[in-house]
Amino acid sequence: MKRRTIPILATAALTGLLALTGCGQAGQGGAQSADGRTQLTMWTHSAGNPAELKVYDKIIADFNASQDEYEVVNEAFPQGAYNDAIVAAAASGDLPCLLDLDGPIMPNWAWAGYLQPLDLPEELTGSLLPTAVGKWDDKIYSAGYWDAALAIFARKSVLEKNGIRIPTIDQPWTEDEFAAALAALKAGGYDTPIDIGAEDTGEWWPYAYSPFLQSFGGDLIDRSTMLSAKGALNGPEAVAWGEWFQKLFADGYAGNSGTVGNQEFVDDKVGLSYTGVWNALDSLDAVGDDLLILPPPDLGNGPKIGGGSWQWAISSTCPDADGARKYLEFSFQDEYLTAFADNQIVIPSTESAAEASKYFGTDGVLRPFVELSQKFAVPRPETPAYAVISSTFESAAKDIMSGADVKTTLDNAVSEIDANIASNDGYGFK
Amino acid sequence: MTVTPPTVAAETPRRSLRRFRSIKGRETWAGLAMMAPAGILLILFLAIPVILAFTLSFTNARLISPNPPRFVGLDNFVRAFTADPVFLQSAWNTFVFALVVVPVQAGLGLLLAVLVNRRLRGVTAFRVIFFVPVVTSIVVVSILWKFMYQKDGLINSMIDTLTFGAWSGVDWLNNPSTALGAIIVLSIWQAVGFHMIIWLAGLQTIPEELYEAAKMDGASPWRQFTNVTWPGLRPTMVFVLVTITIAALGLFVQVDVMTQGGPMASTSTIVFHAVRKGYEQQEIGYASAISLIFFVAVLLVALIQRRLTREKA
Repeated sequence: MKRRTIPILATAALTGLLALTGCGQAGQGGAQSADGRTQLTMWTHSAGNPAELKVYDKIIADFNASQDEYEVVNEAFPQGAYNDAIVAAAASGDLPCLLDLDGPIMPNWAWAGYLQPLDLPEELTGSLLPTAVGKWDDKIYSAGYWDAALAIFARKSVLEKNGIRIPTIDQPWTEDEFAAALAALKAGGYDTPIDIGAEDTGEWWPYAYSPFLQSFGGDLIDRSTMLSAKGALNGPEAVAWGEWFQKLFADGYAGNSGTVGNQEFVDDKVGLSYTGVWNALDSLDAVGDDLLILPPPDLGNGPKIGGGSWQWAISSTCPDADGARKYLEFSFQDEYLTAFADNQIVIPSTESAAEASKYFGTDGVLRPFVELSQKFAVPRPETPAYAVISSTFESAAKDIMSGADVKTTLDNAVSEIDANIASNDGYGFK
Repeated sequence: MTVTPPTVAAETPRRSLRRFRSIKGRETWAGLAMMAPAGILLILFLAIPVILAFTLSFTNARLISPNPPRFVGLDNFVRAFTADPVFLQSAWNTFVFALVVVPVQAGLGLLLAVLVNRRLRGVTAFRVIFFVPVVTSIVVVSILWKFMYQKDGLINSMIDTLTFGAWSGVDWLNNPSTALGAIIVLSIWQAVGFHMIIWLAGLQTIPEELYEAAKMDGASPWRQFTNVTWPGLRPTMVFVLVTITIAALGLFVQVDVMTQGGPMASTSTIVFHAVRKGYEQQEIGYASAISLIFFVAVLLVALIQRRLTREKA
């Protein structure tokens, strides 16, 4: 009896395994379409975004009609589940040929061997905003149609009423001026003068608040070696940032309750709002000509804003990378870049596409974002350690917001990041 | 028709077939076939992950990495206890949470069960009301309570009204000294109905005659409770305590939805820390070590509880 148990169990287990691997086979590239063209699979994160998806459908239809060698097949995922889907697909060797990814995660995936260098013509990548091009190990692995930028929204009438100077890109507020402006707004009747979006969680924190740190002269990591955060994240400049950030909340100038998004500014519950280009059109509708799009304050080393949004890459397992390259080259036409920009309200990644845009052209109402992005954007550190840096910075900044001792919190964050880098043998930087 | 004698070659398969066809053989076969679905699922989703977690906890494996995992011995365990203040804080928070939740939730559940065990009009309505939070998704409950706990939320306006503006409450979830307490209150409220139902089931197994006899002996309601109800509830009590303890030690969703372990790690728990390390920061090896520590801790607590509440001969 014992001897029979083993084959039965083995058969049963094998059936189970076969069923599982059978599921895993979907999504793999290299298939042929009905008319004999090579199919290129493509994944996007834009399932919840009809405006964005519409432009993709147009590009794909145009590309498929333009030639008889390849056919691009798109599959859209909701953003929340997208990264998990990619990691799972990579683990089982089922990555699509073309995939989009959030800028800061690219080095991690390139390092892990999910991606191959883009090898797009230099005149194409050279024409893009620097923050729309993703580099790792001196090679370009990703490129994007747009970038996002943050700015401070204000009402012109409110600033004038409270006697606050309207800053310009050449002459932003200094730290003292910014503090005085907040104090004036508080005295002028705003319970919380500025909404910086602290009720949000996740990547928003490093994206939105590490530029303040950089404006003070600190950084998330020592970018010359990428091996340690020591000095950058816990030096005197970083501590100055932490104390400034903590004071914003302690003095009641900023809060961390309320709704994610820009509604408080639209409802005139806050005087200033530190928020992204994607919220600009709603605010414009609500406020009209009174809306000001201002640079963030200069906290010592010039204003800084985060750069790097969703970009495109080719997977390392793509059976026909030439086809994927052809598609990407095709897709970077100004016509499409402008369509993305005007449909979704994001900054087009080439100057010529910006010129053609309704909102981002020279006379466009959202033109300031283009200049902010060109002048002040800082990419997040291009290292596979970014996943750790990002979540460590988030919890450290939240602790500082809640009143934790700044120096100790930053020291702990540094040792957490450094321990992680060390245990990963420097992520290839040694 | 002539009968051909069976050849030796034909004999062998027939004998094995006969073994299959014998009643005992058939039963074994049927039993194994019936066990197979559950067996395969158990192996795939229980045994393999547990073995994997155990193995990974001694390596520096990462979720995404081109480097092969390396055996690092007990490094991960040493790191958890000596170089990771958030882990120690999380262990402490988990302990405090369980220490408060286990007795309070069990006690409240029993109280509610005794109350709704009466033969009163509309008692079913009460049972339903107490049970509603249990069937509501904990994620939904957490989001609702997050709104209620806000600085200008429902709870603070209630306090404000009740104290005539003398005390307007704190920002419950953003204050390191109140955040864990706030989560404890919500958790007790959410799960107390479940334990009420279990206590209720236990109460209804106690024969009515015992109460009648007690009443005839002139026992007061309190004496009836201590001498009839409580001894009759002993097996239920053991079950309730063990399930609450295990659930309390595994606290995760409320923290993930409401506070993300903050402010200042005051609400981080062992499971939350393991998820944060293993998934957000991709250190699967280290997170497996934390899970293993957690497993051993739960096992120990359950064993101790079992021993303390065992039937004394």
